[in-house]
Amino acid sequence: MPDPTFLFAQSLSGLTAAMFLFLIASGLSLIFGVLGVLNFAHGSFYMLGAYVAYQLVQVLGRDPAAFWWAALGAACAIAVLGGLVERLLLRHLYAKDVLYQLLFTYALILVLSDAAKVVWGTGQLSIARPPELAGATRVLGTLVPHYELFVLLLGPAIALGFWLLLHRTRAGRFVRAAALDREMLGALGVNVSRLYTSVFVLGSFLAGLGGALIAPAKAIVPGMDVEIIVEAFIVVVIGGLGSFWGTFLGAVIYGQVLSFGILIFPRFSIFSVFALMAVVLILRPWGLLGRPLKA
Amino acid sequence: MSARARVPWGLVGVLAALSVPFLGSRYYTFVATDVAILALFAVSLNLLLGYTGLVSFGHAAYFGVGAYTTGLLMKKAGVPFVLAFPAAGVLAGLLALVFGFFCVRLTKIYFAMLTLAFAQIVWAICFKWNDLTGGEQGMPEIPYPDLAWLERLPLVGELRTSDHFYLLTVVLVALCFWLLRRVVGSPFGRILTTIRENPERAEFIGVHVRRWELLAFVLAGAFAGLAGGLFGIFNRGVFPDFIYWTKSSEVLIMAILGGMGYFYGPAVGALVLLVLNQQITSYTEYWPFVLGSILIVLLFAFPGGLVGALDAGRRRLLRLGRA
Amino acid sequence: MLEVRDVHKAFEGFQAVAGVSLALARGEIAAIIGPNGAGKTTLFNLVTGHLRPDAGAVFLAGREITGLPPHRVCRLGLGRSFQRTNIFPRLTVFQNVQAAFLSHRGRGLDLLSRVEHLYRDETEALLASLGLLPRAGELGAFLSHGAQKQLELGIALASEPKLLLLDEPTAGMSATETHETIRLISRIARERGLTLLFTEHDMDVVFSIAQRITVLHQGRVIAEGVPAAVRGDPEVRRVYLGERR
Repeated sequence: MPDPTFLFAQSLSGLTAAMFLFLIASGLSLIFGVLGVLNFAHGSFYMLGAYVAYQLVQVLGRDPAAFWWAALGAACAIAVLGGLVERLLLRHLYAKDVLYQLLFTYALILVLSDAAKVVWGTGQLSIARPPELAGATRVLGTLVPHYELFVLLLGPAIALGFWLLLHRTRAGRFVRAAALDREMLGALGVNVSRLYTSVFVLGSFLAGLGGALIAPAKAIVPGMDVEIIVEAFIVVVIGGLGSFWGTFLGAVIYGQVLSFGILIFPRFSIFSVFALMAVVLILRPWGLLGRPLKA
Repeated sequence: MSARARVPWGLVGVLAALSVPFLGSRYYTFVATDVAILALFAVSLNLLLGYTGLVSFGHAAYFGVGAYTTGLLMKKAGVPFVLAFPAAGVLAGLLALVFGFFCVRLTKIYFAMLTLAFAQIVWAICFKWNDLTGGEQGMPEIPYPDLAWLERLPLVGELRTSDHFYLLTVVLVALCFWLLRRVVGSPFGRILTTIRENPERAEFIGVHVRRWELLAFVLAGAFAGLAGGLFGIFNRGVFPDFIYWTKSSEVLIMAILGGMGYFYGPAVGALVLLVLNQQITSYTEYWPFVLGSILIVLLFAFPGGLVGALDAGRRRLLRLGRA
Repeated sequence: MLEVRDVHKAFEGFQAVAGVSLALARGEIAAIIGPNGAGKTTLFNLVTGHLRPDAGAVFLAGREITGLPPHRVCRLGLGRSFQRTNIFPRLTVFQNVQAAFLSHRGRGLDLLSRVEHLYRDETEALLASLGLLPRAGELGAFLSHGAQKQLELGIALASEPKLLLLDEPTAGMSATETHETIRLISRIARERGLTLLFTEHDMDVVFSIAQRITVLHQGRVIAEGVPAAVRGDPEVRRVYLGERR
């Protein structure tokens, strides 16, 4: 019987990874649910969020709340970027085949990742943890950094905030309706194009925020965009494309599978998550909590 | 039908290709081999993409499996090329049969995602199975096929081994193109286009859509495998990054760049992309940026790809000529 | 020829079809009418295999076809046109119909013959009978709405059906087009001895060629019989009160 403290530590690290992923995957799922677009560039937004946060921290320097301002600023900057991309470029592709949208967002990855290299170089960058969260505590025998605890709490908090937004506000109702039937919504007189832009902006905000918040925990490197998008895909597929709680659940499951997969199949941990994705797509393509696809 | 005889572009292309080694440059032969193989890879994908309307994000898996098959057979089992090469197609086709069976039950985005997932599984296996595939390091030093018989031929005998392999590649690729051309020009190929145009309607002219999609998937995978078999030898080694999903997107880009509505479109795309890649990477390291920008321009301004743009231009000229 | 026995179909709590039965003899021309949402298209989908009935059965020429997939049903002799025009837009008119012949005559797995001239005679003959031959080389997408509907009819006929289901064949047509289409349909049905079942909103059309009419309302049959009887049925009048045509 493996050491329970060890199991707890693994599980906790899996949960933390899950919460980070949830932040990014929720935006991806939202965009897919409403716009029907699978945004490959979501990982790039996440990466840029980290880079911009880094830059802002350099600028704000000594300010004690520098990190928080930087995170917020980065998220807003990425939201603006997302809005511009959607308004100026993406919207012209809605009428075309899905392939064009997929390739466009893939092209964005190429462009944005090189743009980041030009501005910030190819080396590793990092942000220091904010002083308030620099310590660590012993929980059930494991030393848990405060920052991780913060993220662990932030995940569900954002999930709840999101849920409230979707279910208790008028705008949220439109978003949910759009996810169910876009054409109908347009027929009802709702400004669908403005809704699309807003959703894309919100999704991008979340991605940027995710990137900014992960910067103190992980190094900022080129390639983090591609790495995260694959993981985000797996999460939303498991949970159900377009389903909010599905994404949350998917993230949690993914985190645990990754954590424990490394122990059970050290050589095949990267294999296990793709296998999981394939199994879900084969047996239940709409994911755990998604809506069954039309026949 | 115009009074002027239709230009046999295929034949012209093959003759042009065969003449490259006689230009004398090792570099040209190298690039030309690369282009020929990737052209086959891209055209095989187009059977799915342009003709059946299926977007596969995991086509590199079959390419890679073909490369590993030929590489393993020739390097570790000493099997001659004449058997190892078709084996690549057969194994890739079988894999496509298994994967395709599950993929065709899904539509559009889900189909794309499952193809991606399967391809990544194959990649992960090749990446980790050190004993069989050499793992992360891959399998270097794949031997050339026995080309001694070419040295005895009159004109061709004095050329280098890499030139000999190139000529063999051109012949094999041309053969594959000929076969694929027959397939898309056949009743089977026509039925595939009906599936692309309107799967619901296709079903109601009696077409079992899933079965035909699976067949297209297997054929596309088999030919991709053949391309991979050639590539492993050309590249003097087989590595897992042949299978990584970014390779699958590269071949998609080739197909779109050239024009997925035309049989040779993806081949043109492969040529242009490779040449551009060579030229631009010698000036700057920001090739992805250039590629991404080109792709974006393409998607918005030239959805028919290069061949599509040329075709539209030609038609416009004809109309002007008649006016 | 066609027998529908007590079929039911519900969608997430909404009962679209609730116990519909009908029977058609060979060579009959029958219509299904009813207000929007009455379940006409759902009924068609249940017959053609696009949907599985929750209960009940469907028989074609005595053979049970309940729950068979659409491509099987088509091969057993059932042809269909769809409510929203359903053709192959980027294929030419000729290729559209030829494709149906290719599939029907079992050439779908032929990987090596050249396809351009296969079944040319049959395709051209069919196009001629529909008046589409002069436009054989045009892409389906560029045809007018009426011509596309005719093309769709051609595609359905190429499969040599015994029974033809037409879902609102004159939807969106002008009076002239409607008249022509109806003449075409009845002529073809007579020439080929087809059994015809169609849905329509245009009552003039219905009463001009239908030999029997079934009226659907909220998923149930509320009246059935010869046109004169249906026209006079008080229940039918009540349901249609307020309907323009």
